[in-house]
Amino acid sequence: MHSFKETVKETWRFYRKTLSLVFTGSKEYYLWCILLLCIMGIGFLCYLPQLQIGLITTNMRDQVVWGLYISNFTYLVGVAAAAVLLVVPAYIYQFGPIKEIVVLGELFAASSIIMALLFVTVDLGRVDRFWHMIPLIGKMNFPSSLLAWDVVVLNIYLLLNLIIPIYLLVKTYYGKEPNKKFIVPLILFSIPMAVTIHTVTAFIYNGLPARPFWNASILAPRFLASAFCSGPAIIIIVFQILREYTFIKIEDRALFKIAELMAYAMFLNLFFLISEMFKEYYSNTIHIASLKYLYEGLHGHNLLVPWIWVGTIMNLIAFILFLFPVTRQRLSTLNIGCILIIAGVWIEKGPGLIIPGFIPDPLGEIYEYIPNFRELFISFGIWATGFLIFTLLMKVAIPIASGEFSHIQYEREISPLKMKSESN
Amino acid sequence: MQGRNFTRREFIRNFSMATFFGLSFPFLSSCGKEMVEDFLQKHFLEMTHEEKELIISRLEERYFKKYGKKFTVSIQEAIPNTLWGYGLDLSRCIGCRRCVYACIEENNCSRQEPQSQWIRVIRLRKGSLINLEDSEHYYNPDYVPEKEFIYIPVQCQQCENPPCVKVCPVHATWKEPDGLVVVDYNWCIGCRYCMAACPYRGRVFNWAEPNVPKDKWNLSVHYLGNRPRMRNVVEKCTFCIQRIRKGRYPACVEVCPTGSRKFGNLLDPQSEIRYVIQNKRTFRLKEDLNTEPKFYYFFEA
Amino acid sequence: MRKIFYYFIFLAILGNLSLVFSKEIQDEFPVPPPPFSEGIYPCSQCHASMEINRKRRILNEHTNIKLQHAETMRWCLDCHNPENRDKLRLYSGELIDFGRSYLLCGECHGNIYRDWKAGIHGKRQGYFSGGKRTYLLCVHCHNAHSPQIKPIKPEPPPLKPKEIRNAR
Repeated sequence: MHSFKETVKETWRFYRKTLSLVFTGSKEYYLWCILLLCIMGIGFLCYLPQLQIGLITTNMRDQVVWGLYISNFTYLVGVAAAAVLLVVPAYIYQFGPIKEIVVLGELFAASSIIMALLFVTVDLGRVDRFWHMIPLIGKMNFPSSLLAWDVVVLNIYLLLNLIIPIYLLVKTYYGKEPNKKFIVPLILFSIPMAVTIHTVTAFIYNGLPARPFWNASILAPRFLASAFCSGPAIIIIVFQILREYTFIKIEDRALFKIAELMAYAMFLNLFFLISEMFKEYYSNTIHIASLKYLYEGLHGHNLLVPWIWVGTIMNLIAFILFLFPVTRQRLSTLNIGCILIIAGVWIEKGPGLIIPGFIPDPLGEIYEYIPNFRELFISFGIWATGFLIFTLLMKVAIPIASGEFSHIQYEREISPLKMKSESN
Repeated sequence: MQGRNFTRREFIRNFSMATFFGLSFPFLSSCGKEMVEDFLQKHFLEMTHEEKELIISRLEERYFKKYGKKFTVSIQEAIPNTLWGYGLDLSRCIGCRRCVYACIEENNCSRQEPQSQWIRVIRLRKGSLINLEDSEHYYNPDYVPEKEFIYIPVQCQQCENPPCVKVCPVHATWKEPDGLVVVDYNWCIGCRYCMAACPYRGRVFNWAEPNVPKDKWNLSVHYLGNRPRMRNVVEKCTFCIQRIRKGRYPACVEVCPTGSRKFGNLLDPQSEIRYVIQNKRTFRLKEDLNTEPKFYYFFEA
Repeated sequence: MRKIFYYFIFLAILGNLSLVFSKEIQDEFPVPPPPFSEGIYPCSQCHASMEINRKRRILNEHTNIKLQHAETMRWCLDCHNPENRDKLRLYSGELIDFGRSYLLCGECHGNIYRDWKAGIHGKRQGYFSGGKRTYLLCVHCHNAHSPQIKPIKPEPPPLKPKEIRNAR
């Protein structure tokens, strides 16, 4: 049994070794990291005037108060919730090939949540007052305000998705068995948490009677369905890239199983869309205005119309590709389907949900919002931050998970040195 | 290999430390004390009376330093047994927008670059009044009123079930005992959820630092009302809280040339607003949303 | 006995009548002085020495006044007292000062007069409690001879969202 001092020393050694993992790599790794750092730098430079002058540097105004940032936030919370789709077959259905990649999936969810939280942070007007939102220190309007709920729930989910993989990785590093009594309940808890984060995010929009476009009961189910299409799609593509560049073994069977579950979610996504459209178009009340703006254009304003149609067609094609096993179980068509569904759901759930909620505004005015270049670069910067964090996490996690980087290896390396110092 | 790692690590460590200190330099400078005070300020409702007085004197000092004018910040509380109500005679409103600009003058709103207006007058065609989608906000004829149209001024309706209060994540906006919905500008984090929740577009956002000409400041202000605001916080009509708690009419009521605006205490049976509700055909906007606004519109002629 | 009874009833009727009349006279409101054109008041400085011509006609003087107020049914001397031009004449024959012209307007515009007394017709200014409440005369907003409120130029519309820029 190691003493406390030994454990601390070992943890520090582990951390220093992971740093060496992070800072060494192939040429492509360096190029990728430098590219991401450049994008992050540009994003940060665009953010500084927003801090200094105010949110007037964006294109948001009183009529459309949430724009590109909250669109991305909504999408990313969905992506993060989708990591649970890996956990479910691994632990509930005991599907072997997925079990080893659960850790990577959860780290992916953690990077997604960090991106989502960053998007909310840049959208806040007074970031210097962020501590007002911390429970017990600030004055949180819990349980009345859904944003307060979201702060609590997102942070719990982030903690879960950091604790579980790090615990499992550290245990693997030291070649020890994880304590199942501790970790399995946490893993199972992350399933309802994933559903919770996305439901709470949906309820943020759902609970506003001032915005009839969002005040539909179907919003939370739509969110969950679209999350479970797009999130795993990104995971499928990312894991193929990882398989290409590292030694991690991910079987095709695992990817196809995820794709099969996605097909159900895609069907539900389309079905919910059809339900929404029937309700609005058949009832034909004046509340159809936002949907009409989105799909047809309202009083000559039709900026979003081509976007949403492209998105919807992409969703449809992706569904067909995923429906038939012949296209689903072939990597080339699978990848096309994944890219289509990622882009399609982003359009439908990001700008296609947030912006029409504000058009027309409660007094009937129409202000067509398009993000300006500053907002775009800040958004790219945050996406780059998320990718960088995920890359660095993978750079540490994969060698550990594949057994290449472990304490036994380390012991083997230092034992000649140890023997040398002991003999001296 | 080990040597190369070390120098690279050291370089990154030194670079990040330099950046950190460089970015934190503004905090260490003289305005740092002000920023720290602002950062740590408590929520208005949780302050004791002495703390509130301290905050006011600090604010007055700061306003004098920044704007060169002597402001009097009041924290006058709600008068007991009052519930403020507002009446608007739609048959007499001619859409002249004098109320909009009187409000801007009274409440120290940003005039130009950026422009911030708390009252919005919309124009609707006679015969079609509920569908606000057909409203025109930017009408600018030579003379008002125009024959075919009715003008409806809209501002914060001071709802009894305010959806904005329900959704604010940090409790920066709340309903006072006299029915007014107010914002603590020093607590607001600028998330704009309340603006998304308001069905009447009653709230506006300070997208940039407010810009008021030097000689146009209204120096008698209320902490929760018309004091000079900062950028990136939400603001709204407060029925001129600085006036009504002293018994004066709000600025928009005083300036209206046709006398379309009525104001009073809903709990006083002798008040003007009670007379209006009892004798005129009053209605409120978007009553189906159950927000119970205190802004009663009525028609007469 | 009967005489006393009749006397009593006569007194009661008289008392009620006086109440009816005094009700009008008791309608006092704190109004500012009426907005006369310069030099026009007191009217008797010219009219005291003039003949009274009750014939309804187009006047040669006061040509700046264009009557657009029930002009098919009434003319000047229906409201202005012919004998004493410093007073207005109610329908009952009673004479009132220009400072209480609301009584005259209220004769035809009873609903509006009732609203005005309750304080809800017309402009409100000053204090509604704890201070001076102003009442304005009808003629402070409405020209008695042409009472309809004239159209005015509106203040500029708000900036469109796209046009909202920052100073810097």
